[in-house]
Amino acid sequence: MSGRCCARASAIFVPADKAPPMLQLEGIVKRYGSYTALNGITMQVPPGQVFGLLGPNGAGKTTLIRIITRITGPDQGRVMLNGKEMGPDDVARMGYLPEERGLYKKMKVGEQALYLAQLKGMSKADATARLKAWFERWEIGGWWNKKVEELSKGMAQKVQFIITVLHEPQLLILDEPFSGFDPINAELIRAEILRLRDAGVTVMLSTHSMASVEELCDNIGLIDKAELMLHGNVKEIRRRYATNTFRVDYTGSKVALANSLSFIGELKDAHELDGHGTALITLSKGSTPNDLLRQLLPAVSITGLHEEIPSMHDIFIRVVSEKAPDHVTPGMTE
Amino acid sequence: MNKIKLIIWREFITRVRKPSFLIMTLLAPVLVAAGITVVVYLSLQDNNDQRVLVVDQAQLLQGKLKDGEKLTYYVDNATWTDSAFKASPYTVMVEVNADILNTNTVLFFYKELPSLGIQRTISNELEKNLELAKLQGEGIDEEAYRRVRKPLVMKLFDIDKVGEESYEQERAGIGFFFGYFMFIFIFMYGVQVMRGVMEEKQNRVVEVLISSVKPFQLMMGKIIGIAMVGFVQFVLWIAITSTLASVGSAILLKDKLDPKAIATSQLPADAQAELEASGAMAMADKDDVKLLAALGKINLPLTLAMFLFYFIGGYLLYSSLLAAIGSAVDSEADTQQFMFPVTLPMILAIIVAQTAVYNPNAPMVLWCSLIPFTSPIVMMVRVAMGNAPVWQMLLSMALLVGTFIATTWLAGKIYRTGILMYGKKISWKEMGKWLFYKG
Repeated sequence: MSGRCCARASAIFVPADKAPPMLQLEGIVKRYGSYTALNGITMQVPPGQVFGLLGPNGAGKTTLIRIITRITGPDQGRVMLNGKEMGPDDVARMGYLPEERGLYKKMKVGEQALYLAQLKGMSKADATARLKAWFERWEIGGWWNKKVEELSKGMAQKVQFIITVLHEPQLLILDEPFSGFDPINAELIRAEILRLRDAGVTVMLSTHSMASVEELCDNIGLIDKAELMLHGNVKEIRRRYATNTFRVDYTGSKVALANSLSFIGELKDAHELDGHGTALITLSKGSTPNDLLRQLLPAVSITGLHEEIPSMHDIFIRVVSEKAPDHVTPGMTE
Repeated sequence: MNKIKLIIWREFITRVRKPSFLIMTLLAPVLVAAGITVVVYLSLQDNNDQRVLVVDQAQLLQGKLKDGEKLTYYVDNATWTDSAFKASPYTVMVEVNADILNTNTVLFFYKELPSLGIQRTISNELEKNLELAKLQGEGIDEEAYRRVRKPLVMKLFDIDKVGEESYEQERAGIGFFFGYFMFIFIFMYGVQVMRGVMEEKQNRVVEVLISSVKPFQLMMGKIIGIAMVGFVQFVLWIAITSTLASVGSAILLKDKLDPKAIATSQLPADAQAELEASGAMAMADKDDVKLLAALGKINLPLTLAMFLFYFIGGYLLYSSLLAAIGSAVDSEADTQQFMFPVTLPMILAIIVAQTAVYNPNAPMVLWCSLIPFTSPIVMMVRVAMGNAPVWQMLLSMALLVGTFIATTWLAGKIYRTGILMYGKKISWKEMGKWLFYKG
């Protein structure tokens, strides 16, 4: 495995933090028969941060989450929690919100939450007290004796979120936490995630919403076709994918602007409105924004200059649509 | 271990609290008791006095027929037309033809069909008197005839247990009852296990659960919890049914509580003796006696202990297989193809157990009492009968324990993979593959 492991160098790794990782995955391999779901995943989740687990559908995210939550075991590799190899008792320190939400429909909300909390190892009294506090805070006390089937989908999801965090896990794994919520409730969940992070909880967030990745995540890992393609700090990754492109706001002639560029860069796009223009210019290698300004100043009057940093959305699409690395096993594309 | 207790408790309490459990628990015994009571009540319903017109063309019965309770005979030698009978106050007309001693057939006309009990009483009264006429015709002494016509009693003895009547057949019947009970229970509650597993899978709650507990704990918790529901339900059923049955019959039938007392009270004493000799009605009596004697002969502690053992073993074996099926499929409709091979051995077991009652030494019975999939039901018959050697019992038990450990283990493996597998058409081959997936 180690050979394949080293081929992983093709994934861009940006070292994130000095603090020891909350969760460390070392060369995780999972196969189902001839199908390889995960092929040597090595990554770190720093403590007290929100970590984004990204990837297209079928990339292996759910499998990886199931390995972390000990629902299934890896064929190779180790999962370390706080620097120690994870054991069966560690599941009590994790909270997991699966993508496919589900509760017992015929069971009452309060009773069900208590049952699931007790399965996580909480005492009944403890769980009751905390659950009451949550219900008060979210002002949903009236739901306690309702059956889950009487709740709307959004309400049931709120209940499930509470159940996930009730036992105050150190590591919270949320698979698409915002799906199925209206904007108000999504905001509520978002605020709750940040509050938990600030309280020291490490959050692993799997989502397809790149906007929320930029907003919430400190670090990410991007998995595609069973491989880790991208791993590290969000800001640094975005900077790394920057193409040295700048947006120039100006007044004056577009032709003059284009002519003044000479060899310093290439005009990607430009449009004008009421004499105010915006141009996208990709600088050639070795040129700096200062060089650009020097060239442009005689031609047009500059009102603004910004670097264009690619969004996670763009980066995601770029990474995923790139050709798969050579060492990908053929069965994997199933 | 605490977690599995929690799971057992949830499985138990959510089912017991369901309205359907309460309804089933209360309604089933009420229905059964009502059914029994109605049947008993109806069978004894003969409010109308029966006036029986005997058209005695053979001229044998005049003055010989003895009236019973609500039963009066009128003998007439003349022929009656149908319309004359219809117009008459008689409720029944029996035509005894002139050649009755050879034809041995009478015609029974009625306005409203009397109960079987009445029919039998009339038939017996006629038969007894016609028999006497025959005896006289043949010149046979009645006393001598009675001595000759005593039925043969055959008593069975096992040569290894000298001096004891064996009552093997009756004991086998009791064993079969135990086996049949097991069959019903395993089937009913095994299917509930399967449904429960499917419910969790369809709800998607299973993924949350198994991020807290091991799939095996979840499966075993469910199996045990549902077994407890079953035990409680059966205990309640037996308690409620027996209470209702006795209360119901006491109210409805008052002094007529014992059906046999009624049936016999309608007959004169010598008719009863006659009946017993001819063995028609007294069979019931004799069977009861035999059953009691058989119960006395059964090694009750052993039988009950074995019942408990085979019951638990058989239930674990089958319910774990059904749990595996429930985990593998997405909907009830998909269960059919997998259910069949599981239910087949159970049905076979019931058939073989039935054979065992009459032919306990058939090789099929021996084999099926050893093979774990059929042994719980078939061995119960042999245990109650007392004809299973100790080594066979031990072998059968050991095989059962080994097999249910194996099936729960295998089922656990299939379950573990199956509960997380959606939208895939599952085949036996596919399930076989799951056995080799690493946890």
